[in-house]
Amino acid sequence: MSLLAPAQGHRAIFRINPVAKLAAALLLAGVLILTIDWVSAAVALACELVLFFWAGLSLKSFALRTLPVWIAAPTAGVTTLLYGQSAGTVYWAFGFVNVTEGSVELAIATTLRILAVGLPSVVLFVTVDPTDLADGLAQVVKLPARFVLGGLAGLRLVGLFLEDWRALELARRARGIADGGAVRRLLSQAFALLVLSIRRGSKLATAMEARGFGAPGRRSWARESTFRGRELALVGIGLAVALLSVGVSVATGSWNFVLT
Amino acid sequence: MTPKAAASVSGASVVARGWGWRHAGRRAWAVDGVDLRIEPGERVLLLGASGAGKSTLLHALAGVLGGEEEGERRGQLLVNGAEPSGARGQSGLLLQDPDSQVILARVGDDVAFGCENLGVPRDEIWRRVTDALTMVGLNVPLDHPTSALSGGQKQRLALAGVLAMRPGLLLLDEPTANLDPEGVLEVRESVARVLERSEATFIVIEHRVAIWQNLVNRVIVLDAAGGVLADGCPDDVLTSQGDRLAAAGVWVPGRGSGLVAARRDAPAGTATLLRTPGLAIARTKAEIVARDIEVEVLAGTALALTGPNGAGKSTLALTLAGLLKPAGGAVLAVPEFAAGAGPEPIRWKSRQLLTRIGTVFQDPEHQFVAATVRAELSVGPRALRQPEAAITARVDQVLQRLRLDHLADANPFTLSGGEKRRLSVGTVLATQPKLLVLDEPTFGQDLRTWREIVALLDELLREGTALVAVSHDVDFVATVAHREYRLAGRAAAPAVTAGAVPR
Repeated sequence: MSLLAPAQGHRAIFRINPVAKLAAALLLAGVLILTIDWVSAAVALACELVLFFWAGLSLKSFALRTLPVWIAAPTAGVTTLLYGQSAGTVYWAFGFVNVTEGSVELAIATTLRILAVGLPSVVLFVTVDPTDLADGLAQVVKLPARFVLGGLAGLRLVGLFLEDWRALELARRARGIADGGAVRRLLSQAFALLVLSIRRGSKLATAMEARGFGAPGRRSWARESTFRGRELALVGIGLAVALLSVGVSVATGSWNFVLT
Repeated sequence: MTPKAAASVSGASVVARGWGWRHAGRRAWAVDGVDLRIEPGERVLLLGASGAGKSTLLHALAGVLGGEEEGERRGQLLVNGAEPSGARGQSGLLLQDPDSQVILARVGDDVAFGCENLGVPRDEIWRRVTDALTMVGLNVPLDHPTSALSGGQKQRLALAGVLAMRPGLLLLDEPTANLDPEGVLEVRESVARVLERSEATFIVIEHRVAIWQNLVNRVIVLDAAGGVLADGCPDDVLTSQGDRLAAAGVWVPGRGSGLVAARRDAPAGTATLLRTPGLAIARTKAEIVARDIEVEVLAGTALALTGPNGAGKSTLALTLAGLLKPAGGAVLAVPEFAAGAGPEPIRWKSRQLLTRIGTVFQDPEHQFVAATVRAELSVGPRALRQPEAAITARVDQVLQRLRLDHLADANPFTLSGGEKRRLSVGTVLATQPKLLVLDEPTFGQDLRTWREIVALLDELLREGTALVAVSHDVDFVATVAHREYRLAGRAAAPAVTAGAVPR
């Protein structure tokens, strides 16, 4: 398996610069964490659910990829419901558990907020190719090329680590040290993996250096990473959703700034 | 530009005057006293015993040896009259391990990587990428995922990446040591095609001389004691230095391995240890690699598992070794072999395996668990709770038998390739298992280590130990194996053969 497997597709969303996707997701999240109220989250979520039709995902892969968010959101909600700040009418109390009018409202707001922030992030990133993201970060955001490309090349090693881990496991059984003492064995195996990964990393670094990586002089880019109308449009949509949700929330008087 | 245009790059000259290099923290010089002159366009095969510093010299020529903190140098080493580290891209280096040379996810991007680092303009990069891929004969789309390439294809990809930089000096460091026979041919053919069209100076390290003999016009032999041992045209050097080279671990063509394939007939009437009724094997639960496998493992007999890449040789070996669960059917041990541990090896405790089945992994580093060679060898006997005196005695014996006694306190990870291989065999021998399972025991080994391993396995066979070995190595199979089991690959289900090794 490879974490670097290129994401492929033909819809417009696949061709949008990943930096724009990153920016849109961050913008939305940045605004939505400023307030704890269900109105803003609900408005944002409603807009997003409509926009997802253009996200380039089938219903099945949408459900599969976003499953963690669908699990995390209600879990956080239920926790808030049971243990959240009490206010207003008490519906049910048992030990530390205190379900009140306030905690119900907070629970709904929390659940919706996690969905509103989580779903677009996942959806936008499913269609991101790591190589394109690296190109964008280096050329558009101007992060140092050494750092970005080093990280990108390192990602490729993750698949090899999984194979190493399996081999280490079998080897330990073969060496007669796999009976009992699971925690200790896991630790020593993790350490062995660390040693192997450092060695793999340094080999990769040599291979990169042999191809002139880190050479003095200006680096050129084989793939141009551009930030044009399409990208601005995506960031604009993110901004519009954020502003709309804040606007509705303020207008209905439910805006609840976190720091007050 | 056409591929021909790559030839317009003129070859670089190499000059070494009393050159030496010592890695930081080591007492001995890895290379020392090297004096040589290589003219532009020469094709050189660089030989020498392991530890003679061939790789170090090549890395230095490529300018990737590192600075002051990595080690100390003396003398002079010049490429085209200048320090190699100052002129990246002037020399291109192809390394041994295919997996650690793939840098990016798509074929085209990976080839372009070197050009980008050298600041080549975009349009020119893509012209060079296409040219380089054509030269090495890798006909896949530019957006083909690099993870889907075979070992031989990965090496050709890396070669294309190096060629796209248009180096005047092409350096190959054992480029085929980690490949199966098919991959070796692929890479050799690619290099031959490149050399036909290019004027670049060419230096290759390889201990299997036959692969490159016809592509080079000069052989240089480095002396492990420092300096150059021999230098001249291939035929002269290989004839005059043949014996010395063979003794130093170089596979000199026409000399064979020096061991006679004598143990052809399986010993008669030996006991069966394992049977595999209706066995199906899988690496992970979902993917069955082969089914209907019927093999018998006999005491005192060597069984070779052969077949193309991906046919499941390693999977079968690890399943026979009681490490992977059969996906169907069973691996059954006869009661005398199981000795009270139950009929299925996969259900045996880890400790119970020690005296019954020992496994030597393809990558020795996977099986090292201790900080010193001595401690590494004691792991098995200690898990069996043998008395301390017995452990010491046994470990000393194994150390001596494998010529590792002078390294008893060394860290296993710091050993050379051949030493690591010997140690990995030693860790298994320490508990004297009745069956030894080996995965590619001779992969990438020089002739000296190869001979030692073969001689050791021969001894074990005579003592009655059973062997199962996965191997691509034709010489090894012909010399050691009594029987061969060939896995045909995914195509046909039971299309496998078992029988005596054909002459």
